Parts: sequence; C-alpha cells; structure tokens
Amino acid sequence: MAGYKPVAIQTYPVLGEKITQDTLYWNNYKTPVQIKEFGAVSKVDFSPQPPYNYAVTASSRIHIYGRYSQEPIKTFSRFKDTAYCATFRQDGRLLVAGSEDGGIQLFDISGRAPLRQFEGHTKAVHTVDFTADKYHVVSGADDYTVKLWDIPNSKEILTFKEHFDYVRCGCASKLNPDLFVTGSYDHTVKMFDARTNQSVISVEHGQPVESVLLFPSGGLLVSAGGRYVKVWDMLKGGQLLVSLKNHHKTVTCLCLSSSGQRLLSGSLDRKVKVYSTTSYKVVHSFDYAASILSLALAHEDETIVVGMTNGILSVKHRKSEAKKDSLPRRRRPAYRTFIKGKNYMKQQDDILINRPSKKHLELYDRDLKNFRISKALDRVLEPSCAIKTPEITVSIIKELNRRGVLANALAGRDEKEISRVLNFLIRNLSQPRFAPVLINAAEIIIDIYLPVIGQSPVVDKKFLLLQGLVEKEIDYQRELLETLGMMDMLFATMTRKGSTSLLQQNTSDGFLENKKIES
Amino acid sequence: MVEEESLRVVRCGGSELNFRRAVFSVDSKYVFCVSGDFIKVYSTATEECVHILQGHRNLVTGIQLNPRNHLQLYSCSFDGTIKLWDYIDGILIKTFIVGCKLHALFALACEDSVFVIINKEKPDVFQLVSVKLPKSSSQEIEAKELSFVLDYINQSPKCIAFGNEGEYVAAVRDFYLSVYFFKKKTTSRFTLSSSRNKKHAKNNFTCVSCHPKEDCIATGHRDGKIRLWRNFDDEKKYTYTCLHWHHDLVMDLAFSVTGSSLLSGGRESVLVEWREAAEKNKEFLPRLGATIEHISVSPAGDLFCTSHSDNKLIIIHRNLEASAVIQGLVKDRNIFTGLMIDPRTKALVLNGKPGHLQFYSLQSDKQLYNLDIIQQEYINDYGLIQIELTKAAFGCYGNWLATVEQRQEKETELELQMKLWTYNKKTQGFVLNTKVNMPHEDHITALCFCNAEKSENPTLVTTSKDGHFKVWILTDDSDIYKKAVGWTCDFVGSYHKYQATNCCFSEDGSLLAVSFEEIVTIWDSETWELKCTFCQRAGKIRHLCFGRLTCSKYLLGATENGILCCWNLLSCALEWSAKLNMRVLEPDPNSENIAAISQSSTGSDLFVFRPSEPRPLYIQKNISREEVQWGVFVPRDVPESFTSEAYQWLNRSQFYFLTKSQSLLTFSTQSPEEKLTPTSKQLLAEETLPTTPFYFILGKHRQQQQDDKLNEALEDELVQLPLTENIPAISELLHTPAHVLPSASFLCSMFINSLLLSKETKSAEEIPDDVSMEEEKESVDSDEENNFTEQVQDTNNTDLGKDIIHQLSKSEEKELRKFRKVDYSWITAL
Repeated sequence: MAGYKPVAIQTYPVLGEKITQDTLYWNNYKTPVQIKEFGAVSKVDFSPQPPYNYAVTASSRIHIYGRYSQEPIKTFSRFKDTAYCATFRQDGRLLVAGSEDGGIQLFDISGRAPLRQFEGHTKAVHTVDFTADKYHVVSGADDYTVKLWDIPNSKEILTFKEHFDYVRCGCASKLNPDLFVTGSYDHTVKMFDARTNQSVISVEHGQPVESVLLFPSGGLLVSAGGRYVKVWDMLKGGQLLVSLKNHHKTVTCLCLSSSGQRLLSGSLDRKVKVYSTTSYKVVHSFDYAASILSLALAHEDETIVVGMTNGILSVKHRKSEAKKDSLPRRRRPAYRTFIKGKNYMKQQDDILINRPSKKHLELYDRDLKNFRISKALDRVLEPSCAIKTPEITVSIIKELNRRGVLANALAGRDEKEISRVLNFLIRNLSQPRFAPVLINAAEIIIDIYLPVIGQSPVVDKKFLLLQGLVEKEIDYQRELLETLGMMDMLFATMTRKGSTSLLQQNTSDGFLENKKIES
Repeated sequence: MVEEESLRVVRCGGSELNFRRAVFSVDSKYVFCVSGDFIKVYSTATEECVHILQGHRNLVTGIQLNPRNHLQLYSCSFDGTIKLWDYIDGILIKTFIVGCKLHALFALACEDSVFVIINKEKPDVFQLVSVKLPKSSSQEIEAKELSFVLDYINQSPKCIAFGNEGEYVAAVRDFYLSVYFFKKKTTSRFTLSSSRNKKHAKNNFTCVSCHPKEDCIATGHRDGKIRLWRNFDDEKKYTYTCLHWHHDLVMDLAFSVTGSSLLSGGRESVLVEWREAAEKNKEFLPRLGATIEHISVSPAGDLFCTSHSDNKLIIIHRNLEASAVIQGLVKDRNIFTGLMIDPRTKALVLNGKPGHLQFYSLQSDKQLYNLDIIQQEYINDYGLIQIELTKAAFGCYGNWLATVEQRQEKETELELQMKLWTYNKKTQGFVLNTKVNMPHEDHITALCFCNAEKSENPTLVTTSKDGHFKVWILTDDSDIYKKAVGWTCDFVGSYHKYQATNCCFSEDGSLLAVSFEEIVTIWDSETWELKCTFCQRAGKIRHLCFGRLTCSKYLLGATENGILCCWNLLSCALEWSAKLNMRVLEPDPNSENIAAISQSSTGSDLFVFRPSEPRPLYIQKNISREEVQWGVFVPRDVPESFTSEAYQWLNRSQFYFLTKSQSLLTFSTQSPEEKLTPTSKQLLAEETLPTTPFYFILGKHRQQQQDDKLNEALEDELVQLPLTENIPAISELLHTPAHVLPSASFLCSMFINSLLLSKETKSAEEIPDDVSMEEEKESVDSDEENNFTEQVQDTNNTDLGKDIIHQLSKSEEKELRKFRKVDYSWITAL
C-alpha cells in the first residue's frame, strides 16, 4: 500500500544568477584588499614556490608582496623608465623584467642590484620569460624582434625577426626548453623552436594579440586580442579550436586556474570571466572597479590578484574552510552498530526479510500524518521556518485549506499565538506568489476573532497594521491598473499597422480584494 | 470467423468486482467475486483470473459456496435463476429457475434450501424467502417452492446475517434490528432508543454480522459505531455494547472464523480488527486506498478479503498484511480525461483512483499500473474539494505525457497546474519533467501534442477559457553541470478575446486548428501566423478534428447546436454539413474513418464516415440507452478481415466507448461463446490434484516408470508396467491374428504372469535415486532375473494368489514372436 505522501512544497524560480558549484567556488573569497600602486599595474606574477609571493609590475617599480602583507616586502626600483613583465623563474629565486628603454634585467630575489643585464633590444621590452631549462630568457620587444638570451654569460643566442609589429606578449613552454610562443600586434601568434631558429607554427588571431597562454601540457594555446579569446590546438598544427567573444572590450590578460579546469580572462570592460576548459562556456564572472590589465591566481586558487589601469591592486583571499569544523560534532553511535548483522551470511533455509526503509518525514509532515493540524501549523509558524522559508509555511496553510481544516487549526489561539500568525500575514500578504493563500487565511482569522476583538491591544494593533497594508496594496493595484490602461492605449496605436502581434501582459495580481477590517 | 454476423454492442470487461462480498474457496486457494454477468475466480496466490463463470443473462447478485460440497458454488442473478457451478473446471452443473429477480443468496449447511432476497409486490419492499431446491438429474429445474421468512428488509445482503449455524437470522433496516428464530419461528425486533426522540439521528443500521459460535450479533451504524448485541432471545433483557473508532459510517463487518475477532471497515480505508470484542484491543491496517465496501473471511481463517470502492480486492493475511491486490478498472469517479490509448502499451488510459491515471489492459481486463499525477495525500472526506486531474494527452509515441490538474474552491480562486512527464526507458515509467504553475489564468479546455512524424521538436498546445492558446515547446535546459530538457512557452495566441475551446494538429503537423467559441482559426505551425478562419454561426464548437491520410485536406467541427461541418482546407470553403447532435467525434488513427456518436431522446447512435463524402459508411442506431461520454479507436494487433463493406471500418481498429454510467462497451460480431478467453483453460495446473497417499502411489509411480522405460530401452523385457498396452506379451497377443494363436489354455498362464508385477523389479524402482546406478545394477542383474522368472514360472500355480508379479521371460516371448512370423506367409501365398 502506498505510504504517506509528504506535502508538496511549492517551489518558486529563484531570480538572478543560477547557483552552481562554480559560483559557490568563485564567490568563496573574502572582500578584496585594495593596494594603491604608482601607476597602472601591467603585470602580476606569483612565485611558483612557497611562500608564494607575488611580483607586481607598476610604473618603474617592481614590488614583491607576501601572501597576506599589505606592504611590499621588497621593491626593485632601479629602472630608469617603466618596467614590464616581472616574471619569476620556476624555482622562485630569480626574477626577470623588461623595461621601456629596451634593457632586460635579471634580479636575485634576495639581492637588490640586477644580476645580469641583457642589452640588445632597441625598443621597449614588453615580455620576458624563462625557458623550461631555467638557463635562458626569451624576450619580445617593440622593435619587432624576439630574442633568446643565455643567463650565465648574458649573451644573446638567437634573434627572430618574423613579426612585423610590436611583440607584446609571450610565453615559454613549461615542458620543452626549446619552445616558446609570442604574440604580436601584427595579429599573429608564432611558436618558435630554438633548434630551428625560425617559427614552427604561426596562427592568425585577427586582432592585435595582447596575451598568450600555453596550457601546462603544451598542447593548447590560448591567445587574447581585441574582444576575442581564441584557443588553438597546437598538436594539430595550430587549428582554431574555439573562439570566445564574451567581453565587450579588449581582453588584456589570461590565466589558468591551478587545477587547469578553468580559464580566466580579464578585460578592459572591468570584468574577469571564468570559462570551463572542457566546454568553453562562461561559468562565472567577476566585476571590478576599473579596466583590468593583469590577473594572477595563487597556488590552489588561494588568492586572486587583479591589477587595474588606475593603479589599484585588488587582492582576494579564499575564505578559510577551517571554520566549518568548529561546530561540536554530535556523538555518533559506534561503528560496530552500523555493521551489526550486516556480514551475516544467509544459511540455506533462512529467509531474508529486509526491513522496510524508513522514509524521512519533516516534522510538520509527521504532524499532518497524524492529523495534528494545529501543531503542524504551529511548527511552521516558528520564526526559524516562517522567516527563512515562508514558502513552506504557505504550503502548509494551503494543504490545511485543502483538507478543509484551516479554520480549526487557526481557531482557539491565545494572544501570543495569534499575533505570530498575524505577523506572518503582515510580512507576506503583499507578495503576489503567496497572496491567494494568505488572503483566504486572513479572512478566516477575521471571521474567527471578530467577536473578541478589542480585548488585546497587541492583537488590535496587528489588525490595524494589516488593514493599512491591504489599503496600501489596493492603492498600489489601482495605480498599476491605470498604468496598464495607458500602456494599452500606446500599444493599440502602435499595433495598428502591425499584424496580429501579441503582447503578453503580466496582469498584475488583481486578486487582492477590497477588504475592510473592522476593529 | 469472417462469417458475417450482425454487429453487436458488447460489454468488455471492467465491470464491478466490488458489487458483493467476495467468497473464498475452502482451501483459500481461490477467491470468487461477481463481475457483471459473470463470476470471476481468482487465485489468491498469483492474483491471476483462473476462470470466468459465464451463463447468467443479467447481473449476478450473490454467490455462496455449496455448504454440502465445497467444490461447488451457488450463484443468483437478476435473471431469476440460481446456478450451481463446478468452479475448478468452470462448468455449469445445474440451473434452478426461480422466476423473479433475486437480490442476494444465502446457503446454510443444514438445509436443502437456500435463502434469497426478492421483491414481489412493491418496488421498495424486499423479502427474505427460502427456496427449496428440488433434487433432480436434469440440467434445468424449476424451483418455485418459496417459503417466506422475513418481510420488509433491506435489499443489501450486508443487512442480513445468519447466526449460530442457522438457528436465527438477523436483519437490519433503518433504525431496527429484527431477529427471526427458525426453531421458535418468532421474530424479535429491537429499536435503538435514541432514534425515537431525535429526528436526524445518525445511528441508522448499515450492516450486520453474526458470531459464528456464540449468540452475538454485531451491527454497524451510520455514525461509525459498532454495537454488539447479546441475550437477544429475550426482548426485554437484551444488552448491547458499543465499539467506536470509525468517524464515518461502518460499511461492513465480519467475524473471523473462530469469532475471536471482528473486522470492520469504512470510508477511512482502514481495516480495523477488534480483538475479543474489546474497545482497546484493536489493530489497524491503514492506507488501503479507497473506501472498504465489503469484508469477507476465508473458511480456513487464514485470509481476509476487502472489496474497495475503486474496484479492487485486497487479499489480506491473518496477521494484517496485504498479500495480493486484484484491481479492475477503476470507475467510481467522473472521467475528465476521456479515453486515451498509451501508444507504448496499447493500454486504455483514463482517470483512475483520485489523482491517478490508470493504465488498463483491454486484452486481459486488468489494470496494468497507476500513475500518481497529483502526488498529494488524499483525504477521503465528504465535502472536500479535491484536486481533479482534468486533462491528459500522450505525445511523441508515448514519450511524453501532459496532464492538467485543477482545484477550484471559490469563483476567483483557481489552482491550476500542468505537468509534463517523460517516459524513462530505464525504469519503464513516466517521470515528472516540468511542472507549470498556472499555465493559464482560467480553465484549460483542451490540450494536444503535435504528433507528426517529421516534427523534430515536441510541441504542445493548450487552450483556455481565458481566451488564449499557448504553444509549449521542449527546450534544451542543459549546462556544463548536467543535461536537462524542459518545456517553455513559445507562443501565445488569441482571437478577439473569445474563449479558446478546442485545438487540433493536422496529421503532418503543419497546421494547427484552434476553435474560439463559434470560430475556427487555422494557424501555421512554423511561424504561428493566422492563416484563415471558418465560421458557421451554428453554435460553439464542441469537437474539432482534421481528416487523415487521403482526407487530410478536410477539417471537421461539431457544434453545440447539433451541426457537423466539414471544411475543405484547400478551397477554404464548407464542403458539407449535417445535422447531428454530436457527443463524440473520434478519428481512427489507422484509417480515414471517423466515428461520431450522436445523442437523441431515444438513445445514442453511431455513425462512421469519411470526411470526403457526407454519406456515412455505417450507421448503428441505439448503441446505448444512456449518453455516451467518450469513445476511442484502439488499433488491433492482428487486423480482422471483414469483407462486408459495412464492417470494414473495424478491420484495423476496434472502437470502445464509455457511457455515462461508466460501462465500457465495444462492437463485436463474435458470439459470446467465441469470446471466451482461451487462456483460462490452460491455467488449470496440476496443482489442483490433491496430494493424497493414493496420488503418491499411483501418480509418481507411473511417471517414474515411464522415465525408466526411456532409460532402459535395451532391457524392455524387464520393464514392468501396469499399463496393459505396454506389456509386450499382451501386445503380441492382441496383434497376432486369432487363427494363428495357440490354444487359450497354453497362453493363459503366460498372460496372467505378464500382468503380475515382480517383487524384485518393484523394489528396484522404489529407490530410483540414481538412474545410472540403477541401470548398471539392472544390466548386471538381468541374467539372474531371467533365472528367477523361470523359477517362478515353474511354481506359479501355487504363488498366483500372492503379490509376486512378473512377466514373460525371453524364451516365452521368442515363442510368441515365432507364431507371428509364421502366420502371414501362407496368407499372402493364397
């Protein structure tokens, strides 16, 4: 036989953004820490080694920040002009940066003066990176050249002159010491191989390329330029995999999440978008106050650092999850109680009888099952339920009405209990989704308690409040109807030429009737 | 079969199983219940219908086991006969013709007469009479010897009970209980005291039951009380005690076989067991689904059976555990959804239990399953406004099901919900996909799916009294986390704020017809543009349908003023019209034919026609006296081949219709005998044979020997079978021409020996645990045995009387064969 069917709780569509695992994950950051830099923050780079400091390139300085420090723990300021692209080596001990005057400087993290200086570029060097073997530096400059430098004897090894516009971004492969990628304002992204001294793959992005990114495996290349983010399959010789157009201004920076499952892009439209790297759909989006120039994620996505054009560095730390454990755990039965009898093997003549699985019922359902209607109503009128989940309260009221016992459940209440019901009505009566049910309940209450009105000032006050609410609602409805009438007239004149185009009107909740509360 | 007979309207299954109390067979293996003109025999273990006892020509009103032969069953019917059945073989044994309408039947062990309820004079006055059943060997016997027992009783058999092995009979009606004592031939009458003073007293008697052992009568009352009467042989000193749990009337009462507990049931759908007739000792079996109408107890005492208002029998074990459910077609409620055919199972689908859709197999007259649509606790109470399942439709070959439920308490408060269910292949059932709250602002009048083959996207149209019709389409709702599909509103259409009443898609899905009161509008289903309108000014459109196949250019509309119009969609003009007060307009999915049922003052008439010609193919007048509410064409599994033009419309589909009193009818040319279900015969399994000691000796023995015979083909001379035809000596004897046989005295001893069973082999056969071992043993033993039989033959004259049985030896048989070989040669030479 069928068991008790729990009350169907009416669900209402949640407006606004859908809650997914990603929104939960990316919203789980503390409020950002804002740090003011001297100029536009052109590059943020995290050290790959603990304690995961990060280098911020802004104007002619490079600041190194600790994880939670608001003040720089170290500053490199020996630049004559603007510094660019301060990047950590894989071991986190060396830092390389280009500069506006065409020089490239290599710093030791602990030292202050540059260890090496690479001279050779004639114009501003906007991109530098260490190759995978740690002993070379690759750089791209506004003189259209890409150069490979040897660190030990600070000599230029190779020069590639294949771009014919500024080279503004680049990235070395993490696996192969000979491979690196550069993007240029000539709309191309080229992959170079140090062994062949020419480009091996060249792809046409279509816009001046602002940022390139190689996936850790080296198989996929992401390029950003103009409003587009494009993903290329390098193993197929540079085939376009997907082209994303989710920003409405130039995309300036790219970044991968630590798991490699999500791709982040920052743009001048002041947004950071998070894409899934399997479906390339936007799963989340952050808003910032100014146009974004640089973006970096710490190890395990612990920190998001965003640099903006107005020189503000925004640092967001992940909320610690330790707090959740702080609740004292209820003592559970010992493990052996759960496995008791579970490993008993069935003998030949035994008949296995399964205990019917017990269906969990909410407390109000248990009351309703046993026809304790007043108690069920009391339970859902508790503040914890009535405020947090008013739809449950309304559904129970509706169910009681369906069973024809709402009047019985509402009757016989003292001052405190009735004022609780009235409080709920006052709070929710004007909500259109609850109105039909609650108006009915309000009518019943008025019918029941009319003879005793005037005995309790508290309840009388609540009734007066309710009356005021209803009157306000009626006025509001009248205004809405007037507006609707005006709109109808406008549409009627407009649709005269059009065919049978239809207009779906949200006829407002006209069911709030004129009701007077006698008091 | 193709023999042309007249087309008749036949009732097809779905009759009430809960009309009277079910009756158990003595061994509790079967349960009998009346079902229209038939009696159905169900197995209590498998819920399967084993037999249908047919023969009565009107409603069967009572069944009772023959108290003197528990393999026989009495039944009585409105056709004025009492019939005696052998229910194991499903044979009618005897018919007693009484001659007047019989309302109930009771049989007692001690008498050779049965008791029946008849009404002779006035239509409302019923009498209990006893009918003497004359002993005669003929099939049909007149039984006119009636003797009057009680007058002015209630017609329901629940209000009569025989107590204490037939010493008295108790009958209740309105406010009094009357008890008639057969020995004293006196009647005592007890009236409830409260009924005298109060005008609207609610303690009317509803049912009565007698204790099987003691002098105790239990009565049920309308206010939910049960009274136990004792000492009722004295009109002054009688006493009664009261048991009260039911809050509404007590529908039925039954004592257990020993009388130790009393069962009661009512509208609460809870079976209550009162132990030792005490108020506090009670057990419950709740959630039986519907009002308990009858309770019966098996004679063995191990099973109970409750009949429910939703046409269901529940077999309940002694420890109050439901063990089997026999469910017929549920029909205690209004049918809002109409008749539909599930394209997958070919089952008939209609409103079932409250809030459910039932899937009913027409072939096996059985409910396949119930689909819970409303999914809310059903409170069975008077005056409650329930949520009603008002509309349902199947789409896309049964992949989608759309349902609409509504509840209207006041004029302004309409609760409306549309649900869309998808068929899940894994679970083989429908799963809720989309729930739309308030899809329209007023009642939904129709909904239909676009069932065109080429349509890639499922489309649903709903029309409503709020003047709109809405088009719902299936959209992809999936994201990177999960795959999902859901239904959303795609288009809202209206026509001058008229109420939309009907909708229909053309066969290819390119056009949608929506009727707005008197006007039919045609919409292009690609662009949702209004193409054209038809208006005949002949009343509101009640039915709307497109022609099919070769007639797909026609659109049919039936109006409330009794006009049937057929429009040509190519010329956009009225093709023809006819004056018919249409109730049902149903197109056949397999042909161009359209069935229409019209209502007139005398009854309902059926017209079958093609839209291309106004002349009907077939007319059958007066198919039913009542109003026909719904009809449906059911595709046949195997097409029939009627050659006559008039019946050709029944070749590929069968037409079923439902009348206002909810009897499901169909058309058939077969005689009722032919319709007899062939399956029931095969179901009579071996289990009907009782396993007596005799069975063990003979039944098993024989089987074993047959097996042995197969195994021991080599030594067939040793095999000893009691079957005469298997003994070689006898077969030789019978096949050899008489004139070549030796003298009878020579053969006599041989013949007698062959009929005896040898002790040796018998013992070998009694332990046939291992056949192969036995084989070996016997092959070794064969020589010894030969000697033994020869020995026996020598002494057979003395041993004949003993139990030593054996047969021909090898040598003897050779001798016989020799005779046979000899004979024919000289005959052929002649």
